[in-house]
Amino acid sequence: MSVLVDDDTRLVVQGITGSEGKFHAERMQEYGTNVVAGVTPGKGGEEVLGLPVYDTVKEAVREEDANASAVFVPPAFAGDAVMESLDSDLDLCVAITEGIPTHDMIRVNRRLDEVDTRLVGPNCPGVITPGEAKIGIMPGNIFDSGNVGLVSRSGTLTYQLVDSLGRRGVGQSTVIGIGGDPIIGTSFIDSVRAFENDDDTDVIAVVGEIGGSDEERAAEWIEENVSKPVVGFIAGRTAPPGKRMGHAGAIVSGSGTGTAESKMNALRDAGVRVAETPAGVADEIDDLI
Amino acid sequence: MRLHEYQAKNVFADAGIPTPEGEVVDTPEGARDAAERIGGTVAVKAQVHVGGRGKAGGIKLADNADEAYEAAEEILGMDLKGKHVDKVLIEEAVDIADELYVGVTTDRGEGRAVAMVSSKGGVNIEEVAEEDPEAIAKTHIDPAYDLRPFEAREVVYGAGIPREHARDVTGVLSTLYDLWDEGDADDAEINPLMITEDGGIVAADAVFNVDDSALYRQEELAEMEDEAFEDDFEARASDAGFDYVRLDGNVGIIGNGAGLVMTTLDLVDHFGGSPANFLDIGGGADAERVRDALELVFEDENVDAVLFNVFGGITRCDEVAQGINDALEAFDELPKPLVVRLTGTNEKEGRELLTDRVETAEGLEEAVERTVELSGGEA
Repeated sequence: MSVLVDDDTRLVVQGITGSEGKFHAERMQEYGTNVVAGVTPGKGGEEVLGLPVYDTVKEAVREEDANASAVFVPPAFAGDAVMESLDSDLDLCVAITEGIPTHDMIRVNRRLDEVDTRLVGPNCPGVITPGEAKIGIMPGNIFDSGNVGLVSRSGTLTYQLVDSLGRRGVGQSTVIGIGGDPIIGTSFIDSVRAFENDDDTDVIAVVGEIGGSDEERAAEWIEENVSKPVVGFIAGRTAPPGKRMGHAGAIVSGSGTGTAESKMNALRDAGVRVAETPAGVADEIDDLI
Repeated sequence: MRLHEYQAKNVFADAGIPTPEGEVVDTPEGARDAAERIGGTVAVKAQVHVGGRGKAGGIKLADNADEAYEAAEEILGMDLKGKHVDKVLIEEAVDIADELYVGVTTDRGEGRAVAMVSSKGGVNIEEVAEEDPEAIAKTHIDPAYDLRPFEAREVVYGAGIPREHARDVTGVLSTLYDLWDEGDADDAEINPLMITEDGGIVAADAVFNVDDSALYRQEELAEMEDEAFEDDFEARASDAGFDYVRLDGNVGIIGNGAGLVMTTLDLVDHFGGSPANFLDIGGGADAERVRDALELVFEDENVDAVLFNVFGGITRCDEVAQGINDALEAFDELPKPLVVRLTGTNEKEGRELLTDRVETAEGLEEAVERTVELSGGEA
């Protein structure tokens, strides 16, 4: 068993005729993901990477039995592309696109209440179950199969942690990049819940950053619901208030909410082992295994 | 993107919300003329994007035109929490009977807009929320229905707004929601909304922040952009499309990906150094972008040593190495010590490209420690 993505995943790539979509569709194929179709409105009937292209996601579902999607559509149209996935009975939609307007995501978030499709992202590196399949842009070669479930808001920081784990011979069950935007689909809590229920995961790693209160909420939930050991890390301890640190969501408000300190304290209070450096995270995890 | 107070007031006034009579000027003479036209007591208010302007000395009352001249002379050119003041708003002073808070803002935890009203206006609303949450009435708005009139009434009556003003305040709240909705806003707030001696209402301050990701479809609002950068570097980095933040220390930091760059900053601090900046070159940067980033940080006088830390995913390490070489070509001697750490996609090719003019490191912690050492810090 694994989380979100595995050998049964049948992926449709939205925006497959764009350069990003095509490049990463090919990387996903190479990694072993079962990519079954692409969608680009107006380009139905074409073929890309040996895959059929459809005008709509519903066609891809009807013709190719797709059950998951990856969104590589430009930001102005990505909210609609996600909506289309949510309307097409998929199990999973992974939105890679960075820069989707917040108001579009407010509508998407509302629609998520009404459908069974799980959304990961947007503005995220995607999901990978090492050795089986990946949806997204993570460089597959750095991951190894193992028993650590890792959830993170950031892309390259995730790679860094996976690298630190790799140097200690520690692999991952599934790695979920939930994204750095203010409004996202899958939260820390959703991810931790999935790892808690996953037989392949023995240790859970939660990698957060400044801004919002998702990590604090997760800490509360972990304290009450999680039996597996959890290791935590928060980026942005030295970030000044009021400054946006790259990610749209990574900002400590003027009144001091969303600080690294409050998140680290909340996690510690919940019994999570919080490390100060990526190497420290890897050491803690290594210690637990 | 944040609008100035006067810009936000113009947006609100166009939508029918009463605002005080006012003029924006950039000289003391202009302030005197404006105060004369407006008549009576005026407020002279610095137009910069910082909170707590009043306490910091950026707002002064003037009883006549000469006093307005003096107040403007004092405020113009001021450094207000790091922001240079080059415009002031001259505005008629209002006779206050009561101060309210009315606002619509994006609640990221809920993923929805929240409409809020409080009878405790004129103070920091986040402090009110912390100390006396009961004093704020609020409702989350379902985007499928927008703010329905009964919801607006519930919030206004829930906040204990006196019945004789309830209709006016409800109107203001509904208008703010419409502006928030149509303008792709993050926040649309009035604090305080004044109840005047004669029973009217007027927006004494105005906040309107627009989602940067939506500016492409908010042309009119985008044109109002007037972000005062704290220094040249932030302005230049912004022109080059980098995510850049200036900090107080002397270790220059360049990397790819917000989370990793933040972590690198934290590590510099952890090992006893002090970061000079946050610079994210973004995903998939090419050699030219890398060169631009390095040149920018080299030019920063505060910087004593530079760390270039890249974890290649979509970004290719050989492109990064090429960009570093291109930047170094301009110098016979390295302007500042430089430590480069390249890992991930094409790392081997990248390392081979680098000349021995730069130091390289394999691990992140090792790279940070070495750079801190070179900067004269602890490590």
